[in-house]
Amino acid sequence: MTFGVIFTALMALLLLGYYIGKKRSIRLSDKSNQRLHSLPQHYGYLIAFWSSAPALLILLFWSVLESSVINSAIIAQLPVQFQQSSADEVELFINEIINLSHSGVTISDEVKRHAVFYYNELIEFSNWVKSLIVFVLAFMGMFIALAFVKPEMKARNLVERLIRWSMIGCALIAVLTTVGIIFSVIFESIIFFKTVNVFDFLFGAHWSPQEAIREDQVGGSGSFGALPLFVGTLLISFVALMIAVPLGLMSAIYLSEYSSPRFRLFAKPVLEMLAGIPTVVYGFFAAITVAPFIRDLGESLGLSLSSESALAAGIVMGVMIIPFVSSLSDDVISAVPQALRDGSYAMGATKSETIKQVIIPAALPGIVSGVLLAASRAIGETMIVVMAAGLSANLTFNPLEAVTTVTVQMVALLTGDQEFDSTKTLAAFALGLGLFLTTLVLNIISLYVVRKYQEQYD
Amino acid sequence: MINIEKREEFDIKIDKTVGKPFIKDAKFSTRNVDVFYGEKQAIFDANIDIGKNQIIAMIGPSGCGKSTFLRCLNRMNDTIQDCHISGDIKLDDEDIYQKQQDPVLLRARVGMVFQKPNPFPKSIYDNVAYGAKLHGLASSKIELDELVEKSLIRAGLFKEVKDSLHKSGTGLSGGQQQRLCIARTIAIDPEVILMDEPTSALDPIATAVIEELMIDLSKKYTIAIVTHSMQQAARVSQRTAYFHLGYLVEVNDTNTVFTNPEHQLTENYITGRFG
Repeated sequence: MTFGVIFTALMALLLLGYYIGKKRSIRLSDKSNQRLHSLPQHYGYLIAFWSSAPALLILLFWSVLESSVINSAIIAQLPVQFQQSSADEVELFINEIINLSHSGVTISDEVKRHAVFYYNELIEFSNWVKSLIVFVLAFMGMFIALAFVKPEMKARNLVERLIRWSMIGCALIAVLTTVGIIFSVIFESIIFFKTVNVFDFLFGAHWSPQEAIREDQVGGSGSFGALPLFVGTLLISFVALMIAVPLGLMSAIYLSEYSSPRFRLFAKPVLEMLAGIPTVVYGFFAAITVAPFIRDLGESLGLSLSSESALAAGIVMGVMIIPFVSSLSDDVISAVPQALRDGSYAMGATKSETIKQVIIPAALPGIVSGVLLAASRAIGETMIVVMAAGLSANLTFNPLEAVTTVTVQMVALLTGDQEFDSTKTLAAFALGLGLFLTTLVLNIISLYVVRKYQEQYD
Repeated sequence: MINIEKREEFDIKIDKTVGKPFIKDAKFSTRNVDVFYGEKQAIFDANIDIGKNQIIAMIGPSGCGKSTFLRCLNRMNDTIQDCHISGDIKLDDEDIYQKQQDPVLLRARVGMVFQKPNPFPKSIYDNVAYGAKLHGLASSKIELDELVEKSLIRAGLFKEVKDSLHKSGTGLSGGQQQRLCIARTIAIDPEVILMDEPTSALDPIATAVIEELMIDLSKKYTIAIVTHSMQQAARVSQRTAYFHLGYLVEVNDTNTVFTNPEHQLTENYITGRFG
């Protein structure tokens, strides 16, 4: 039986368990003339849980571990000369065996034929044992749980606890995934920093990650000074925020305080659509419309500019992240109590005075988190930069020059055929770590600012 | 909710405000005021004078229009969409709804205290200084400090907060918050103070403090108060107006209204037959 079949059967058992549990609790209460502690469906939920959850857990573990156990079993019974060959060769051999077993071609090689036969046998055995264990567990769970059902059993509280644990489980998965990602990035970065000095990486002004593949190859010194990339990222993000924060905040204020409800109903979704446009479309727009416009404008002022610039990318990116600022700000501004507005109007304040003095300070924490979301979006953006700001790693604060960003270089490092343990590939992880730390620091600073502000006014 | 339409009181006709709605030396005088929320009429032909340096209490069952009427006096209803007002409302013989009247300046002359204390999320000092800064009432930091102190003293709050002027106003107790709102209102030195159920969210002790404050303030300001508590109306006001379903039923000296009401509806209300 395959995974899918077993899974479907377990789901059927789950439904069955629910039904039986519910019926049994009702029958028991009728028979003993005792009032049920909880509703019948609570007993149903419990039975359903015990008849599927433990079995499902075993099924998952088995399926995950199955292939590696079988592979090592095959290797163990291979002739000695195979076991001494390198890891890559063994892996190749295993893959061949698996492919052969699926293809059903007659095999001439004695060793291989034997291995394929053994492999098929193992798979069959594993499936058989797996099904047996899973179903035994499922039925055992169901019957044991059913035996516990009594009218005075506190099923509602038990279900509550189950729900609580499943919530904890979900939260844990999210947290563990984050932790896992962080650690994998950190470990790869540590390997990278064994070959490249941390300070050279952080403060080096020259980025040229091309390494010599052969000993005698000319060029490609492999210089990993990431400073230009981080400066480029911050420069473009800064330009983007200079566009997005004023425009987004003002439009949020207009929508929530000045516009008619009908206009707001129409305009808010339209504004939010800006965030839904694929970034590649923005990149295209930046490259063929905004960047040439800036270049022509510069020419008319007597400047010779390249057609790729941080300004073009930043402006378009700014437009893209307007909804992050405006939508969140609009929500928090609308949530400011009407009583505060009335209080200010009753003091003889005008609308704009009220907004400036009372509403914005009250809504500030929400506005800051909107800006932060927009900033992290800008820092992580890749496509617009590739198309409008270029790939050359210039260390400059001039927004009219071509720059590149961390994310763009990460893409450049990892696209194409790469060895996974080359310095070039590992550099991408180091860049990722740097980017992660940058956004982390931004988050901490803004949290600190917001808390400071709230302390003062709450 | 009690279905008022089925009750006998509803059959009693209200065609003219009884008692003494008009007085000499009026601060506010309203004539033929109708208020509509969209299609629905909330106030029917209200005629009343509000006397200078007096407290007038507006009482009546929920939904009778007393708060709506109060909010006409400083044009707070302008902030509500679909709200439409007709008739004359004069403050010192000057029509406050005429075209050249600026509602913002009007509200600086006619202050308002709300049902729920609504201090701004700012420090106590900034709350009181808010209006003064808006209207440029203080030319220096020292003057502003003096103004804030004076207003807090007037509102009977200074002793309690003098060491924490720069702490948040929202951290005070409910009664203190309401006195802070009163301090902030008197800081801009209005001529009239409107109070919309100013003590309904407060405990009896805080209520007593605010009532005393109102009586004290009425020496300098004209005060109009909406209240659900007839005892409060009797304790603080000189005149009382009774509203019923949007009609101004009876206006008279507070004593007369509570001891010898002229209209059947007023009597029903103050004797507790409904409310």
